[in-house]
Amino acid sequence: MIGPEQYPAVMIVVPLLAAFAINLAGLIDRRFCYPLLLLALGVAAAAALAVLGQVMRDGPISYRLGGWPPPMGIEYVVDHLNGLVLVVTCVVAFLAAVYSKRSVERELPDKIPYFYTLFILAVTGLLGMTITGDAFNLYVLMEITALTNYALIAAGRADRAPMASFTYIIIGTIGASFYLLGVGHLYIMTGSLNMADLRTILPELYTTHAVIASFIILLLGLWIKMAFFPLHGWLPNAYTHAPTATGCLIAPLVTKVSVYIMARLMFSVYSPEFSYRVFGPAEPVVWMAVAAIVAGSLMALAQKDFKKMLTYLIVAEVGYMVGGLWLANRYGITGAVLHIVNDALMTLCLFFTAGIVVYKMKGHAFTDLRGLFRKMPLTMAAFTVGALSMIGVPPTAGFFSKWYLLLGAIEAGQWGFMAALLFSSLINAVLFFKVIEIAYFEPCGVQHGHDGGQAAAHDVIAVDEAPFSMLAPLVLVSAALLAIGIYSGSLVTNIIQYAVPAGF
Amino acid sequence: MEDILARYNYWIYVLLMMIGLYAMIAKNNLYKKVIGMSIFQTAIIVFYVSIAAKEGATIPIIQGAHGAGLVPAIDPAVYVNPLPHVLMLTAIVVGVSTLGVALAVILRIYRQYGTVEEDRILEKLR
Repeated sequence: MIGPEQYPAVMIVVPLLAAFAINLAGLIDRRFCYPLLLLALGVAAAAALAVLGQVMRDGPISYRLGGWPPPMGIEYVVDHLNGLVLVVTCVVAFLAAVYSKRSVERELPDKIPYFYTLFILAVTGLLGMTITGDAFNLYVLMEITALTNYALIAAGRADRAPMASFTYIIIGTIGASFYLLGVGHLYIMTGSLNMADLRTILPELYTTHAVIASFIILLLGLWIKMAFFPLHGWLPNAYTHAPTATGCLIAPLVTKVSVYIMARLMFSVYSPEFSYRVFGPAEPVVWMAVAAIVAGSLMALAQKDFKKMLTYLIVAEVGYMVGGLWLANRYGITGAVLHIVNDALMTLCLFFTAGIVVYKMKGHAFTDLRGLFRKMPLTMAAFTVGALSMIGVPPTAGFFSKWYLLLGAIEAGQWGFMAALLFSSLINAVLFFKVIEIAYFEPCGVQHGHDGGQAAAHDVIAVDEAPFSMLAPLVLVSAALLAIGIYSGSLVTNIIQYAVPAGF
Repeated sequence: MEDILARYNYWIYVLLMMIGLYAMIAKNNLYKKVIGMSIFQTAIIVFYVSIAAKEGATIPIIQGAHGAGLVPAIDPAVYVNPLPHVLMLTAIVVGVSTLGVALAVILRIYRQYGTVEEDRILEKLR
């Protein structure tokens, strides 16, 4: 039997093998694919929870793949920071998988086995990126994630999705290549690829040009991968035109895992002292985050399409997390880590809603949202929780991470960042109340302001809820948003405060 | 000048990288963009492989084994660092996969629009 010490490997190996199993099972009968997917992701989620429990009890875990000791062998390292990210990734992936059934059957009926194979490979890549303690291994897993993402996105509507995917391939490859180049610089200087090993060797070399250059190159690569403004160009189209199930998986996870990788580099490969002091321009990065938040919010405001609006909000949210990490104080880092969790769930909630709208109304423009509160009361109630969380209304989760970020901004004296956070909340309020207004007050299928509108408004719109497999994950996520909001204090004291590097 | 010549491997990789980047950004034909992407990735492979080289070093295999009577290359200064080569095997695989996905996507684009020129596709997208 596999003991608890093997759980870090189980988390990666089970989804990886399940990818093959799903593909083969699809040859026999494609009805096997979906249960296999759920089973594998369920096992991974259970392993992730168990590992996080172990970390909370006994401290960080190091797992040697094949028994080879680091720095020669590849090691998996789980501490409080990535333990939390692993659990979030697994849970989000599981919920997205449950949700995907109906939409995949509708949108990609001929390709179910291939779609689910890619789906679970993408999850494997994301989990591997999060868990690995080896800089080069991270590159390989980053590319596994990216390659599956390209294919998952290209499976969308034939008139738009392939072109969006192609842009993503070109830009994503530039990002990954920059990351690889940065790792190469580190390897030249240290002769090591293990993160913990790099951390001990690097301090003597912090002032050398090659190490500083490597940090800049790595950051550039990751910023492209996380769509940090102004390097976000690939994201909105790719996520808008992707199939519903793809959007629900990658929109919440890919950018957040990339932000985690940046935190890992700043704290565990380089030291916080290097990132904030020796390297120098911490303040300009915060201003870049300000630009990301403001630009993301404004571009979201300009959209006429619900799903596209959400993608620009992701760009703004990336600014929150990058800015929080670069505030260089405990509140900022706590806020950023908490926001990784919250934003993954909020984005999931909103993309679930968008997916249900697509499923029921066959479109995702604002005009497709009319009358939905009467048609699908539960869906829209859950959506409202997600929307309130994006705005940052207590007691939803979004309020608390924003609160920490604001405290961090005040402590660091970064008034620009504080103003940007408040501005973004305001824009979010405008955006989501606009959506809620359309869905609540405008009658279904009738042009606003026409004579017929009055008569139609009195017609009773029959309740026509989303199918259970779509509705249940959505309701669970919105409940989780409330629960994390209410228990965010204990989340911070039990997990996140240990994730903040010592000395803050 | 001597500095530049002594590090010619870096200049080559930077040059290749810029050629690739130029093609990816400036070219209108999607295939040319993909070729640029491949050049870009190859530049980094050149970079890695070149840093492993040492003057007068041999291959990283113990030559004196099995009683052949040759000098064994056990001292790290005598043999070429094999690790970057091994890393680049993985990077080459990644590059090939990216190329495959990119070409498959271009095929889908061609079937949809009947062209692989970016400006014409963008015209049709409007």
